[in-house]
Amino acid sequence: MTVNKKKTGLVFFPAFDWAISATHPEREERLLYTQDQVFEEGLLDLDNIVEFKPGLAAVEDINRIHVCVPDVNRVITQSHLISAGGAITAAEKVMEKEVDNAFALVRPPGHHAMRIVHGARGFCNINIEAIMIEYIRRRYGHRKIAIVDTDCHHGDGTQDIFWHDPDTLFISIHQDGRTLYPGSGFSDEFGGPNALGATINIPLPPNTSDEGFLFTLDNLILPILDEFNPDLVINSAGQDNHYSDPITNMSFSAQGYATLNDRLSPDIAVLEGGYSIESALPYVNVGIILAMAGIDYSHVTEPDYNPDAVRQTPQVSRYIEQQVSTIYDLWKNRASRRAALVKGKEYLRRSRNIFYDTDMISEQQEETVRVCDECGGLITIRSGASTGNRIFAVIVPGQGCPVCRRKGEEFFAGTGTGSYHHVYFQDRDRDLFLVK
Amino acid sequence: MIVGIDVGGTHTDAVLLESLHVRKTAKAVTNQDNLLESLVAVTEEVVRGEDLREIERIVLSTTMSTNAIVQGKTDRVGMILAGGPGLPPEMLAIGEDTHSISGYVNHRGIRVAGTEPREVARIAELFESSTIEHVGIVGKFSTRNPALETEIGDMLEGRFRHLSFGHRMSGNLNFPRRIATAYLNAAIWETYKAFVTSVMDYAEHMRVAAPLYILKADGGTTSISQSLQYPVGSILSGPAASVMGVLSLTDGSEDAVALDIGGTTTDIAIFADGVPLLEPLGVTIGGHKTLIRGLLTRSIGIGGDSSVRYKEGRMTVGPERAGPAAAFGGPSPTPTDALILLGRADIGDREKAHRAIRELAAQAHRSPEHMAEEICAHACRAIVSAVREMIEEINNKPVYTVHEILEGKKIVPSKFYIVGGPAGPMAPYLERMMEIPATVPGHAEVANAIGAALARTTTEVTLLADTEKGEATIPEEGIQTAISRNFTHREAIDLCMSTLRARALRMGAREDTLDMEIVEDQVFNMVRGMGYTTGRNMRIKAQVKPGLVAAIKEEGGQ
Repeated sequence: MTVNKKKTGLVFFPAFDWAISATHPEREERLLYTQDQVFEEGLLDLDNIVEFKPGLAAVEDINRIHVCVPDVNRVITQSHLISAGGAITAAEKVMEKEVDNAFALVRPPGHHAMRIVHGARGFCNINIEAIMIEYIRRRYGHRKIAIVDTDCHHGDGTQDIFWHDPDTLFISIHQDGRTLYPGSGFSDEFGGPNALGATINIPLPPNTSDEGFLFTLDNLILPILDEFNPDLVINSAGQDNHYSDPITNMSFSAQGYATLNDRLSPDIAVLEGGYSIESALPYVNVGIILAMAGIDYSHVTEPDYNPDAVRQTPQVSRYIEQQVSTIYDLWKNRASRRAALVKGKEYLRRSRNIFYDTDMISEQQEETVRVCDECGGLITIRSGASTGNRIFAVIVPGQGCPVCRRKGEEFFAGTGTGSYHHVYFQDRDRDLFLVK
Repeated sequence: MIVGIDVGGTHTDAVLLESLHVRKTAKAVTNQDNLLESLVAVTEEVVRGEDLREIERIVLSTTMSTNAIVQGKTDRVGMILAGGPGLPPEMLAIGEDTHSISGYVNHRGIRVAGTEPREVARIAELFESSTIEHVGIVGKFSTRNPALETEIGDMLEGRFRHLSFGHRMSGNLNFPRRIATAYLNAAIWETYKAFVTSVMDYAEHMRVAAPLYILKADGGTTSISQSLQYPVGSILSGPAASVMGVLSLTDGSEDAVALDIGGTTTDIAIFADGVPLLEPLGVTIGGHKTLIRGLLTRSIGIGGDSSVRYKEGRMTVGPERAGPAAAFGGPSPTPTDALILLGRADIGDREKAHRAIRELAAQAHRSPEHMAEEICAHACRAIVSAVREMIEEINNKPVYTVHEILEGKKIVPSKFYIVGGPAGPMAPYLERMMEIPATVPGHAEVANAIGAALARTTTEVTLLADTEKGEATIPEEGIQTAISRNFTHREAIDLCMSTLRARALRMGAREDTLDMEIVEDQVFNMVRGMGYTTGRNMRIKAQVKPGLVAAIKEEGGQ
């Protein structure tokens, strides 16, 4: 392990008075024992660990990345503004060089929230990491950013938001979608036509243990990160791969999580899921904090940890080795695959049904992107939901080229509300959000 | 009548209060080698000619414990730690004689692994053969389940002069601080006990029947015999006495700042709605972060005797003190000399003060008056910026609920109090910079002794009730008791408050000045499996808040 001490910022916000419902996994009690453990270990007294109070995200921060239907205040609570604000605070402390890295240990989580938000899905309303990333770019200038999502569930919201962004590498490592919510995240989900290869999905079989995760990290994630060469690495730090998690089937341990963070060395980590609130979270979080701070984490183990009892089978190991090599080839060949995909096309369209399991809403969405060599490409979205809301959105990407911007402005000007409740225009570079 | 005594680092003061009026005061230079002698001298002076039977109580603030720690006059302590998973043991060791043993308790207070008696026996033998007589026993999460620590204690019973138990130190979570606190408690126990015994013997010899109290770091008192259980609670009582002194000489109930401007340093304390703020976890002493309940104070290196230097176009004031002010024969110009030159203070040798400032002014190509004004402004600016920083830190303290983030109380001081030598002459500068009115209370010269005399008995208790486990613990009292699955929030509060009351009374509190309040109150539904509510986890902390039995009844101040 690394013995280099780093100055680590901790934004801790357990939202002790907020729950989706009284007995929901996303409830007041979730970070209670994590707080106890972090306090009892005395981590906040260490010279190189500093705690910061989360700021509040503004509505503009959300509108920079999401299209909330009908508007931001109808789909969020104050707690969401604090957890997104907490991620932003963590980023600010890193960007201002007050700390070397930072961990936003906040709730509620965000990685299932997609670009269009009709309600909550997978316990998430707004995507706190995506909001943080666009905040960083708005405030500190454009950055190439890599997100490594280590939550057990596929980070489908983050994938959706950055699907067309060639400057945001999104790598999700998760339990195979055939066996777990949200049922997506297969390796052929590989990014939009202008950003092919900037989305990498690594589905792992149930019962993958430390060996499998670390093998994937060393042989796939780290080499791809090396080639992508990001300015910032963000860990979307879900903790539900843990062997004791009640709603998943993996076998990762606190030592595994700490080692992963040690090797990945993220600039910013943001908590996502993780619902083994007593047996896993206290130890996993202490392990991650120590690893980020460069302090010996080798004594952080769960009371009931027995590596032999949870070790993956040889079949699982073989499957993972094969998976890793397939995905690495896919990454290597991304340029030729893109050429074949966009050949002779000006626009590409995808139609999807999106289900909001938390709020029981279904959405039909049609997304069109302009094939563009200069930028992420102009996006238009037609979306209707079971709430009765029908909307149209025009999205000019960050670092957008003049053609995509001009065409976007024409689309927005030329689309009347007519059959839509609202028509939205989002322009990242000008930080513009218009609604009619 | 009440007698208040403050044995400070430089001076020992005593006051005799009658019907809340200051009747007599006495001051002597502290004899560091014999604190009792200084104590006796001032006490005899104020009680001379009085009817000793009229004395209701005697309260003592002493630097005894602080000195012992800061000067390293402590005993060797053997430490036994039961930590379980977490930080590496070498980061937790305190001193050479720390031993980690197997056995630990988790965050729920569930014993995950038991102790190994042979392991404990081996360590005990090692301590005995090293002639260690004082032992600290500290477990991780022992506040959640003290049984492991007491079990280890039982194995050592009768073999050592003193055992300090982690769970008795505080109900707050923080294993490294618990270790440091138990260590310091054991390290000063012998010295403290000797001092207290000599004080009690003296009182008996003088036939003083009035109860004796000791002032603690939190600005509250405890009976002297009870203080033996927890000697480390009496550290830093000097700054606490100063804060309580300010409180006793004013009658504020608003947010305010208290400044004690001394020779070398200025101590800052903050009042929220008239109540002095406490350190969130505990005080820091001699480099040790502890769980000792104490007033929140900050000390900065600016005082009346701070050295003023001028180098390369820049002026510095402090943090060092080269000696007394030039007016009193010191080697370098000081803020005190500047105040003398400006005619704001009439003390010492005026000519010497003038000369020192003139020399400095010549270097800086300024008039002496201009220079003196700059020195005062510079010193006051440093104090004001430290005050602002401290308030900002308090207001930015992380909170963990949506409600507190959106509605949390912010400290906005509306006045400030200044005591200490240069208080009067510096007040106008500070007033202008702080943009709030200043008060310089009367009797400031014996404020510490008055603060000690009038402080009420304070204490706190921490309750964890876990209805799934069917157990409630109050570590400060060593309580670990079975509760029913239906144990209610109301019952939890009642248990907490009745325990607090009994504890406070035992420590010498008077029934009529018990100002008890709940400071933390959280109730969590415990849900296990898929949405099945299995119990409630209740965390309640209650305290007798720092305050006075009554305020001084005199018009003071300017």
